[in-house]
Amino acid sequence: MLQKLFFGYYAFTIIILSLLVVTRKNPVHSVMWMLLLFFHIAGLYLFLNAEFIAAIQVIVYAGAILVLFLFVVLLLNLREELSLRQIAGSWPAAAFIVAALFVAVTAALGAYVQGPLGIYSIEAVRSETHTKALGRLMYTEYLFPFEIASLVLLVAVVGAVVLAKRKLRS
Amino acid sequence: MVPIHWYLTLSAAVFMIGMFGFLTRRNIIIMFMSVELMLNAVNISLVTFSHYLQDLRGHILVFFIITVAAAEAAIGLAIIIALFRNKQTAHVDEMNEMKG
Amino acid sequence: MNSYVLIPFLPLAAFVINILFGRKYLKENAHWVSILAVAGSWVLAVMALIDVHGGNAINFDLYTWMLSGGFKVSVGFLIDQLTVVMLIVVTTCSTLIHIYSVGYMHGDSGYYRFFSYLSLFTFSMLMLVMANNFLQLYFGWEGVGLCSYFLIGYYFDKKSASDAGKKAFIVNRFGDFGFGLGIFVVFLTFGTVYYEPVFSQAGGLAEATFNFLGYDVHLMTLIALLLFCGSVGKSAQMPLHVWLPDAMEGPTPVSALIHAATMVTAGVFLVARCSPIFSLSETALMVVALTGAITSLFAATIGLVQNDLKRIIAYSTVSQLGYMFLACGVGAYTAGIFHLYTHAFFKALLFLCAGSVMHAMGGELDIQKMGNLKKYMPVTYMTMLIASFSISGIPGLAGFFSKDEILWMAYAGESPVGKFVWAIGTLVAFLTAFYSFRLIFLTFHGKFRGTHEQEHHLHESPKSMIIPLMVLCVGAVAAGWVGIPALIGEKIGVHNYIAEFMKPVLGHPEGHGTHGEEMVVMLVSIAVGLAGIGLAYFMYILRPELPARLTQQFSAVHRVLFNKYYVDELYSFILVRPAIWTAKNVLIGITDARIIEAVVNGVPSAIAAFSSGLRKIQTGLMQHYATIMATGILIIVAMMLLR
Repeated sequence: MLQKLFFGYYAFTIIILSLLVVTRKNPVHSVMWMLLLFFHIAGLYLFLNAEFIAAIQVIVYAGAILVLFLFVVLLLNLREELSLRQIAGSWPAAAFIVAALFVAVTAALGAYVQGPLGIYSIEAVRSETHTKALGRLMYTEYLFPFEIASLVLLVAVVGAVVLAKRKLRS
Repeated sequence: MVPIHWYLTLSAAVFMIGMFGFLTRRNIIIMFMSVELMLNAVNISLVTFSHYLQDLRGHILVFFIITVAAAEAAIGLAIIIALFRNKQTAHVDEMNEMKG
Repeated sequence: MNSYVLIPFLPLAAFVINILFGRKYLKENAHWVSILAVAGSWVLAVMALIDVHGGNAINFDLYTWMLSGGFKVSVGFLIDQLTVVMLIVVTTCSTLIHIYSVGYMHGDSGYYRFFSYLSLFTFSMLMLVMANNFLQLYFGWEGVGLCSYFLIGYYFDKKSASDAGKKAFIVNRFGDFGFGLGIFVVFLTFGTVYYEPVFSQAGGLAEATFNFLGYDVHLMTLIALLLFCGSVGKSAQMPLHVWLPDAMEGPTPVSALIHAATMVTAGVFLVARCSPIFSLSETALMVVALTGAITSLFAATIGLVQNDLKRIIAYSTVSQLGYMFLACGVGAYTAGIFHLYTHAFFKALLFLCAGSVMHAMGGELDIQKMGNLKKYMPVTYMTMLIASFSISGIPGLAGFFSKDEILWMAYAGESPVGKFVWAIGTLVAFLTAFYSFRLIFLTFHGKFRGTHEQEHHLHESPKSMIIPLMVLCVGAVAAGWVGIPALIGEKIGVHNYIAEFMKPVLGHPEGHGTHGEEMVVMLVSIAVGLAGIGLAYFMYILRPELPARLTQQFSAVHRVLFNKYYVDELYSFILVRPAIWTAKNVLIGITDARIIEAVVNGVPSAIAAFSSGLRKIQTGLMQHYATIMATGILIIVAMMLLR
């Protein structure tokens, strides 16, 4: 019962917050609401026994990505922007499509059949701590994607520098 | 125990809200944030499955998704900065050079 | 394979060599190729003559051109007596005129082109006469028509010349349409287009009828008349005679070769070749004879008042061709071919002499501006005089024997119109002698009426032009001696060689009359010939002011004759102008401008309109694209769910 209550709070808040993110006129407000949203999602992850992921969520998403967003928003100085029309004229069409898709996806949920359970039960994970379990799995079976991910980050770093560089005036 | 489809419905809802934001907002940064929203919705769904199927592979995937989302955010924002420098606006309606 | 195959293919090779290499490499030496080729053909033709005279007729297929179900056509050669006579005529005249052209066309910029077309023409004509099936005949027929177009329009930058070329080809086409239909009917009836089976089976179908456009017509008459259409066009008989005078726009050697000796005689050759068919249809024969007679009278009257040197000779040709058809029409095919053979010599000679005169007069054609040329051009004068005597039927010369044969057969033959056409023929003989000698007297006698500088320029023509004249002159005199009729021949001990020679192919009609009647007919024709010469002498030498007075007195008649009975104007009004009007207004105005342009322009503009509408989907706004993608995903998901 308690669990359902917790979940209910998180779900409700997450949905309200995401609506707020999407509908605010001022981008800075949107970023702020998004920050709150990420914290709640991290809480949801904790609820699901994924501590490491929750930590990552806060550190990377809330701490790095949102800060980046905020920097860019502040850099672009979008004051004049605020007077322009922010929501597209065709939003009822988009709303309809989105609603229809939502209905379709939830209708599909009725056919959910649980597959065979894996070995990482809650107790097993808890005994080993989630980080260790995840680390062991990552560095043995999923080492290659891990290395690729580091390469992706390298590309991102270089690319971001190259793209945002001011052109030399020579 | 919370039934799994509650979580999945939540994930779907956040995803749809993100899509709605992407399709309707005119500010490019907010569009980008909607994309992040969609990615997060997917993350929720993956962690849910991982929890209910007692398998850690969902967490691994989430790990990588977060990594890639970070990289993508960096590059995307760099592009937006370059775009802003050329067009002096972040309004998507102005960016129709590819009009046929 | 027979070596006679080379007879047509040597000139063809000369054509190919000249047309490919003439402009750059051969240039002034183009004539060697052509002359050697036709001379080679001539030698082979003489060999063929000796061969056939010894009794072999040669009939072989070289190459199967088409074989489709029951229809077989091949490139094949039939060399029998008729063919061999034509071969001699064609190759002799062709060789001599090739040699003449060396001098006449000297310095012309299209020298190589002239010789190549001349060789191509020789090839086509030889294919025509050597054919052993109707389709190859038609091929040669069209080939000579095509070369005629090329050669008449040789001076293509002159509008009158290119117009004349077109006129010749188009008028020929009218005839060829009937000819083609005739070949179709032949094929429908006999199932083959080869001469041998057609002619041997023709007799069996003498009474058959054919359902033509709903009516039952006599089959042989139908075939004969349709084939005769081709002859009318090719040999410039009425009503398709209009192209021949205009064809004089071409160079004189062309007029001599094509429009005197060879191409125009192809019509007569056709009738003679198809004599088994024509003999089965009295109606067709009557049509042929009457057409020939009326045309010859018609042309002779026009020729009386013309002033253009070559046009007079052209009308003379039409008139003489009428004689040949007259002969065939009364059943005397041999006489017609005999006249064709002698006519080739003296008519070619007349044209070449005219060319010689033109060469000396710097291209002048009006005989009113000539005179007293015999002082400056004795050889030309002599040869032309002999040719004119020959055409007038003076005894002993070639024209006398052939013309006399025709007139006797007309009078004494079995044709119901025989006596009528004989009378016309005799009248025409009178007119022929008259206008031929009018030409001689006005051109060579009297006082010179041209300009001063023309007088200075007068000279005899070079050797290359004179020698063919002399050779032809021999022919004009002696060619007739192979056909001396029995009446005279008995007395000097010679036969009518040519009649006997042609008997296997053309039959030997006998004249139904006594020797006395024959003598009378002969004397009448001699008398009218001499009368014509005498009248011309009277009017142009003794009383030169008489023609002008007569012209004034009978000015209306003179005008009609001078304007060729206004036939050209009539055709222009009935056929040419409506055709041009239709082409301009209907075909260009409606079909081309409205219908075809509508399609050709309409389709692209429809595509452009559609695509410019379709282009609007590319708005350039990313969110539109994303919306459409989302819609796509929705549809796919829905489809998957609803399955």
